[in-house]
Amino acid sequence: MKSFITQRLLGGKSGAIGFLIISALILVVFPLFLDLFRLNLVGKYLTYAFVAVGLVLLWGYVGILSLGQGVFFGLGGYCMAMFLKLEASSPENTAIQSTPGIPDFMDWNQITELPWFWEPFSSFGFTLLAILVIPALFAFIIGVAMFKRRVGGVYFAIITQAIALILTVLIVGQQGYTGGINGITDLRTLNGWDIRDDSAKYILYFVNAFLLLACVVLVRYLMTGKFGRLLLAMKDKEDRVRFSGYDVSNFKIFIFCVAAMISAIGGAMFTLQVGFMSPSFVGIVPSIEMVIFAAVGGRMSVIGAVYGALFVSFGKTFFSESMPEVWLYLMGALFIAVVMFFPNGLAGVYDKYKGKLFSLLNRKKTGTPQDKVEPSTKSNVVAEPDKASLSVDDAHSEKSTS
Amino acid sequence: MSSNTDFVLAVEDLTVSFDGFKAVNGLTFYLDKDEVRVVIGPNGAGKTTVLDLICGKTRATSGSIKFKGHELTKLSEHKIVRAGVGRKFQTPSIYENLSVFENLEISYPAGRGVFGSIAFKRTAEVDTRVNEVAGDIFLSDLLDMEAGLLSHGQKQWLEIGMLLIQDPELLMLDEPVAGMSVKEREQTAELLNRICKGRSVLVIEHDMDFVARIAHKVTVLHQGQILAEGSMESVQNDPKVIEVYLGH
Repeated sequence: MKSFITQRLLGGKSGAIGFLIISALILVVFPLFLDLFRLNLVGKYLTYAFVAVGLVLLWGYVGILSLGQGVFFGLGGYCMAMFLKLEASSPENTAIQSTPGIPDFMDWNQITELPWFWEPFSSFGFTLLAILVIPALFAFIIGVAMFKRRVGGVYFAIITQAIALILTVLIVGQQGYTGGINGITDLRTLNGWDIRDDSAKYILYFVNAFLLLACVVLVRYLMTGKFGRLLLAMKDKEDRVRFSGYDVSNFKIFIFCVAAMISAIGGAMFTLQVGFMSPSFVGIVPSIEMVIFAAVGGRMSVIGAVYGALFVSFGKTFFSESMPEVWLYLMGALFIAVVMFFPNGLAGVYDKYKGKLFSLLNRKKTGTPQDKVEPSTKSNVVAEPDKASLSVDDAHSEKSTS
Repeated sequence: MSSNTDFVLAVEDLTVSFDGFKAVNGLTFYLDKDEVRVVIGPNGAGKTTVLDLICGKTRATSGSIKFKGHELTKLSEHKIVRAGVGRKFQTPSIYENLSVFENLEISYPAGRGVFGSIAFKRTAEVDTRVNEVAGDIFLSDLLDMEAGLLSHGQKQWLEIGMLLIQDPELLMLDEPVAGMSVKEREQTAELLNRICKGRSVLVIEHDMDFVARIAHKVTVLHQGQILAEGSMESVQNDPKVIEVYLGH
């Protein structure tokens, strides 16, 4: 049982250390040292980290680059926003409207009746289910259409990007049903619980953090078993896997759905913490930003993705506050730098210097020059840039030698 | 002459056309149970294409491929594999980043669905079978080695092992001894003679010494058609074959 937890869920010893550090950072350090405004910002960044974690699974492990993950983030976010909006639009709250009891933007657009697809979102249970099922279903349809026809690579990236654009246009165009370009705003309570007050912000931050860590563990679990090895095998020699009796497209569809669901959880948590949802989190720009998060963090590292999302978002906020015009250029430069010099992102840098770091620490502690950390198991991984590192690989090598 | 259903593989009138170019043209041949058949022929004769057609990598334009009486031409690749057809590629196709053990484990025929593979457990049975096959392919001592670090010949063996672990009734090998040393070739011939028991093997090979050592029957392909078929000796003495091999 113990070995199941360390090997399968945490990704071996080094994976467990990484997991502990990120947990401590998110659950202890940030809440202790940041004021509520900043903590809420971090909470928002962490919702992007869900998408980045999904992208690590999809892009890092399976090699499918989706430039439309914002779609799933948005679907999750909109589902949650619809529920909250309906609750905020009680007949008493909306008494001044010509049709009380429907969301304000519908009233402004001369809609006099709640559209049928809004109806079920008055149920919290349905909404929670919808947050997971609708994006998964959407991903499934796209996945079947693409992967069964063996569409991949650049074509898949372009098509997903087009889907992101189409969905944005649809949301903006159908103002009366979706809130248009402004999105769904003025969200107040969740089952009567005011999500805008300070205690709610703290609670939502922690719920978000736990869900994110749970997603990290889920991805780790998937990646450390035969399933994960199969994905690595598929990335290496897809034909060999196919001619070993596996239906490769089913695996891709499944991973695409899982990544979509993880992104959608992030979207729903975004809506709860930020208090609105708008098409600007669905389209091409956010979708590409999320890819940059994953790339900066290291596309083969689940935990790296969290750091990537935090790091880049911090940068964005910092520079947008001081020199807004510089940010876009900086982000472009950052992406180029990562691709050219750090193909494995922050995680790759960490892995490269981890051996040195630990041996330095050990030397200080024990006073002996021999390092007890096994850098040799790492070095062959670091030597080849495409082999991309990381904790999951660790789990393999540790397991196979056990 | 036995009836059609007795053949493990019955290829009839098989034709594939790439933009008008017929890589395989009206090919008909039958493969018996326990037979080792070697397909030879000059470059571009369509040898690899025939294997591609049988395993579903390329779709036939017309004709039929029956495996134990079941039509393969309409089946998807993974279903053909599950029906019992294993295929080794020309360049060793193994998972470089995984260990030898993991390469064989992935090829083990269990947990082949998405959820099946998530629930898959490395049982004692899997372990035994992997070790057994590793012994067959001379890699017992290298189970933990990353497959990318194996020598070229060892990679060829590993891929053969990855097929063996599935216990296919029809084994198709595309140039299994390419890039092997003389000693490795001998070992591979011995391996093939050992593993052909209880299954049929279809081999593409250029090395005539090796062919002579393993073949029960030889088929010579030329421009997508059969030029000659029979024992190694009869084929070697066939004037048409000599013409094709030496005349150009």
